[in-house]
Amino acid sequence: MKVSYFPGCTLKTKAKVLDEYARKCAEVLGVTLEEIDNWQCCGGVFTTANDEIATKLSSVRALKHANDKGQPLVSVCSACHNVLKQTNNAMQTDDGFNFRVNQYIAPDKYNGETEVIHYLELLRDKIGYEKVKEKVVNSLAGKKIAPYYGCLLLRPGKVMAMDDVENPTIMEDLIRAIGGEPVSYAFRNECCGGYITLESKELAKAKSKRVSDNAKLNGAEVIVTACPLCKYNLEKNGSDLPVVYITELLAEAFGIKE
Amino acid sequence: MENSKNVCDEIVRISKVNPRKCMKCGKCSGTCPAYDEMEYHPHQFVYMVETGDIEPLLKSKSIYRCLSCFACIDRCPRGVEPAKLVEAVRLMVVRQQGNNHLKPDDIPELLDEDLPQQAIVSAFRKYTK
Repeated sequence: MKVSYFPGCTLKTKAKVLDEYARKCAEVLGVTLEEIDNWQCCGGVFTTANDEIATKLSSVRALKHANDKGQPLVSVCSACHNVLKQTNNAMQTDDGFNFRVNQYIAPDKYNGETEVIHYLELLRDKIGYEKVKEKVVNSLAGKKIAPYYGCLLLRPGKVMAMDDVENPTIMEDLIRAIGGEPVSYAFRNECCGGYITLESKELAKAKSKRVSDNAKLNGAEVIVTACPLCKYNLEKNGSDLPVVYITELLAEAFGIKE
Repeated sequence: MENSKNVCDEIVRISKVNPRKCMKCGKCSGTCPAYDEMEYHPHQFVYMVETGDIEPLLKSKSIYRCLSCFACIDRCPRGVEPAKLVEAVRLMVVRQQGNNHLKPDDIPELLDEDLPQQAIVSAFRKYTK
């Protein structure tokens, strides 16, 4: 299977392992992530103002590129996935936005046809966790892992539609499939502080610490996330609990982590 | 954009939020991760836009505290979606000439070796036009 792939700015720089192991683990599972040509940064945050067009055009171009190839569009970074999916939803549901975007991209046309999925959904829905389980050569042997969803994978729930927005299991089920033990704790879908680390270090620290302290209190040895900014906040502004990417855990289980 | 009514109309137009749907349960502020650092809280944004009391919001640092976590959007039992109002109020300020809240010259001293690019692009998206 081949899918279109939008890596995003941080996966080319500070989060190279998120990108590298996403590709390698997908190959183990028989899926090739085909990077979109000349993709541009998603902007990191979806702007909810409905009169903003220019800030959403890079996402539309990526979505259209995948549609031209007849492939789903996959990303690993929670923020990229959120922006791409919310932009696609706006193309499907907001006629005024759709009209104005199509004025910009003419003579091309795009109406939100692309299926936008996160890497976790690729694993769960397109490949299946049973197949993931079959490829495990190095079981995580009951390692206590705290799944951290943060905000952007799940919300807004009606648009992201990945899982139950308040009681998700997609990460827990993956952790079980590769032999780990998911830790139940509070704040797994509450904000780490995000970009506020540049505006108010105190607020970022307060938000990240309550997440990682609570994971630790409940016995976690490690926190797992899909988002480079969550990882940064939980490591820099949280407590001393280590934080790894989902693709690193997967690579470890598949025996391909260097 | 001198008078409050025009500003409020514009905020409602670009956010597509209807503040009159609010039943004032306070759930948005109860779930807001930035609550402690906000002078005006999400439920107050809704009420103040509804009543046209917009000047204090335009001047408040609260507009830079929203984390775009979408918690108040998902958890509002009336579908008011307060974060969209906070976004629109902030845009009314930063869209004015010379009102960018974050400037490229500010970045070097904010950097550390682990800071992901995502933090910078997100902050520019929120604080700058």
